Amino acid sequence: MSLTLLYALTGTALFLLGLRATLLHAGLLARVVALNVSGAGVFLILVAIAYREAGQPVDPIPQALVLTGLVVAVSATALALALHRRLIKEQAHE
Amino acid sequence: MSDLLIWPIVTPLAAALLALVWPSRATSIGIVAAGLTLLSTLRVAWQVSRDGVLELALGGWSPGLGIALRADGLSAILLAMSGLVSMAVAVYASVYFAGSAQRAGFWTLWLLLLTALHALFLSGDLFNVYVTLELMGLAAVGLAALGGGREALQAALRYLILGLLGSLAFLAGVAVVYAGFGSLDMATLAGVAAPVPAAWVALTLMTGGLIIKAALFPLHIWLPAAHANAPAPVSAMLSALVVKAALYLVVRLWLEIFDGVVTSAAAWVIGVPGGIAVVWGSWAALRAARLKLLAAFSTVAQLGYLFLFIALAAGLPAGEPRAAVMTALVLMAISHGFAKSAFFLGAGIVMQRAGHDRIAELGGTARALPLTTFTLALAGVALVGLPPSGGFLAKWQLLTTAIASGQWIWLPVVGLGTLLAAAYLFRLLGHAFAPGEGVGPRLAVGREEIPALALALTATLLLGLGAAGLWELIPVSAYAGRGL
Repeated sequence: MSLTLLYALTGTALFLLGLRATLLHAGLLARVVALNVSGAGVFLILVAIAYREAGQPVDPIPQALVLTGLVVAVSATALALALHRRLIKEQAHE
Repeated sequence: MSDLLIWPIVTPLAAALLALVWPSRATSIGIVAAGLTLLSTLRVAWQVSRDGVLELALGGWSPGLGIALRADGLSAILLAMSGLVSMAVAVYASVYFAGSAQRAGFWTLWLLLLTALHALFLSGDLFNVYVTLELMGLAAVGLAALGGGREALQAALRYLILGLLGSLAFLAGVAVVYAGFGSLDMATLAGVAAPVPAAWVALTLMTGGLIIKAALFPLHIWLPAAHANAPAPVSAMLSALVVKAALYLVVRLWLEIFDGVVTSAAAWVIGVPGGIAVVWGSWAALRAARLKLLAAFSTVAQLGYLFLFIALAAGLPAGEPRAAVMTALVLMAISHGFAKSAFFLGAGIVMQRAGHDRIAELGGTARALPLTTFTLALAGVALVGLPPSGGFLAKWQLLTTAIASGQWIWLPVVGLGTLLAAAYLFRLLGHAFAPGEGVGPRLAVGREEIPALALALTATLLLGLGAAGLWELIPVSAYAGRGL
């Protein structure tokens, strides 16, 4: 049980670290990376929630949520990077 | 069980894919899909008003393991508004994007946005809500960036980053809900939610994420640039519908599912920023140099009113006055939805004709574009909240409840907000009726002017005179744990 708590607390710490960097950094790339760190924190919390006692199978629902969340995070990151590239091109034209 | 609930989601989704593979026919696909989607949303609303709550377990899996779609009074009304507004926007966009290189991209993303919105309104599962929030956010960012200029791209990027932050916070809240209550089905949660620490943490995280997306002061900073720099049909959708989706979730969470968890002290946490947003947003709209910026800041103010309603309702015990505040809240939300989409479409017509939307140079608009000027004025009447608009009825209810429950503090806020709103409307009309050649010569009434006028008429006349139906639909709730 304490291991679950350790994972959940680590996840919370990651979430908060990412949150802080997303809000404070000016550079877009840094903010995208920070968002992904935050996302990893949330996923870690979900994985920790899925754990049941030793010997029992894990709860499949939070794991399914993590998988869906990962897909969303990857697509959102791709969109952010694509927009960033477009913006750099646009600025080079001016 | 009802298969009806599938159609408002599946129709735009199928059309989006079709528009993607057949870009040369994108406009016709979009219009036909908007029409069919409108019919399906009206069908759902009609069925809810007749039979009450509708539920559909997707794939036959019962809620718990499976995901349920549900429609009750609140979701049916918002769904119908979305259907009507998007039909008008579709007709307008068919003219706006005619011959434009952005045409095919617009229709695909626009239909995807509609899919996500309708799935969100009908979703009965918190995780599914998270997925639809993200889908909506991604489609909305794509649409906001459609113009392609530097300002639009920068605004879209900021919108994306803050939106992602919002949905991550929401997801963290969903995780806490699951850890605390062992279910994500919203109807199950409404029955088991209790005032325990897990509920407070979850509600804080989810609300924090949602008020970024609903642009509650001081987290509204992304909204004016994103809404004002997008193409007019996109601005209309973003201001009328997309921010309402986040607001809808706050209503669901605060007033229904976690009703027993929210204390009247907590209500101040969203009531005070709401009050500031009303005054500050209206003031910024009065000072705005551009027409679309004015409309965007007015959205910030109107969202402030809606959060005031939520705070007021959260402070009231279950019963008749609370149901009345909630109905007024929904009336205000849809009234703003129709009025603001009309306003943005009107602003788009002015902008396309004049080539700019600087308010100080709009002299001659009333002569060159009489119908559009009338539309802007009519939409403005609903935004200010003059009778007989829906906004008037809603504000009246807000004031009577505030007086009856002794929350006098909101009276000067609403009064000041209304005066400032009247001031920004009359400043705009003053410039529009001034002599000048800013918008070019008078031409025949265009096809694009009709949908904007229809939306403005709905907000001002139809909702004001025909609001009685709302009072019967809103109490039909799938999630109100202890009854309204």
